[in-house]
Amino acid sequence: MAVKVRIPTPLQRLTQGKEEVEGVPGTVIALVNNLEKHYPGIAERISEGGKIRRFVNIYLNEEDIRFLKAEETVVKDGDEVSIVPAIAGGVFTVNSVSLQCH
Amino acid sequence: MDNLAIPEKIYEELIRHCREEAPYEACGILAGRGREVTVAYRMTNTDRSSVSYIMDSGEQFRVMKEMRAENLSMLAIYHSHSSSPAYPSSKDVSLAFYEDAVYIIVSLAGEEPVVKAFRINNREITETGIIIGRA
Repeated sequence: MAVKVRIPTPLQRLTQGKEEVEGVPGTVIALVNNLEKHYPGIAERISEGGKIRRFVNIYLNEEDIRFLKAEETVVKDGDEVSIVPAIAGGVFTVNSVSLQCH
Repeated sequence: MDNLAIPEKIYEELIRHCREEAPYEACGILAGRGREVTVAYRMTNTDRSSVSYIMDSGEQFRVMKEMRAENLSMLAIYHSHSSSPAYPSSKDVSLAFYEDAVYIIVSLAGEEPVVKAFRINNREITETGIIIGRA
């Protein structure tokens, strides 16, 4: 049994349209880096410099990893990890936002 | 064609929500099947600001789960502009991650609300239609 990773629609172009992929147990950041081996380009959409991007939320089962150990949260076989890009906007300009796939 | 059909009741609820939150920006999700909206989810703007919004991430996670369980798609994301036109700001464009969804903006800058819908793909903005009532 592996880790089930839910891919949001904005990133499904990188997973050949798959909504769910398999991940490896370990820390969240290791899981993200491992996804990169199978789906090139995905890690930089989710993380930057070993940290999860500000406008990306990650859930381990039902818990936001920010309330656990963030990137260092440990994921086990049978767990479900959901990647959920934030929904946000407003008048102020923001820098360094590059979740989109071009 | 690509127009989004929004039942009148849901459309009115959307306007009501935006008015209730003013001067803060309101935000929410419209879900349904095909091009027809069947459910509106009011979401909490955790920024509680008149110039920006960010949906409560926990609520967003739960709503997305509910939509999946009900076999619904996220057809639109709406938010209000309390004192600027119904057109995406540069921040709206930068943060428009969900390219499959229509971005609806409700401007409350004038006497009457102005509602416009857009597709935002690769930072390009295209206005799209909404039909109030049934498709």
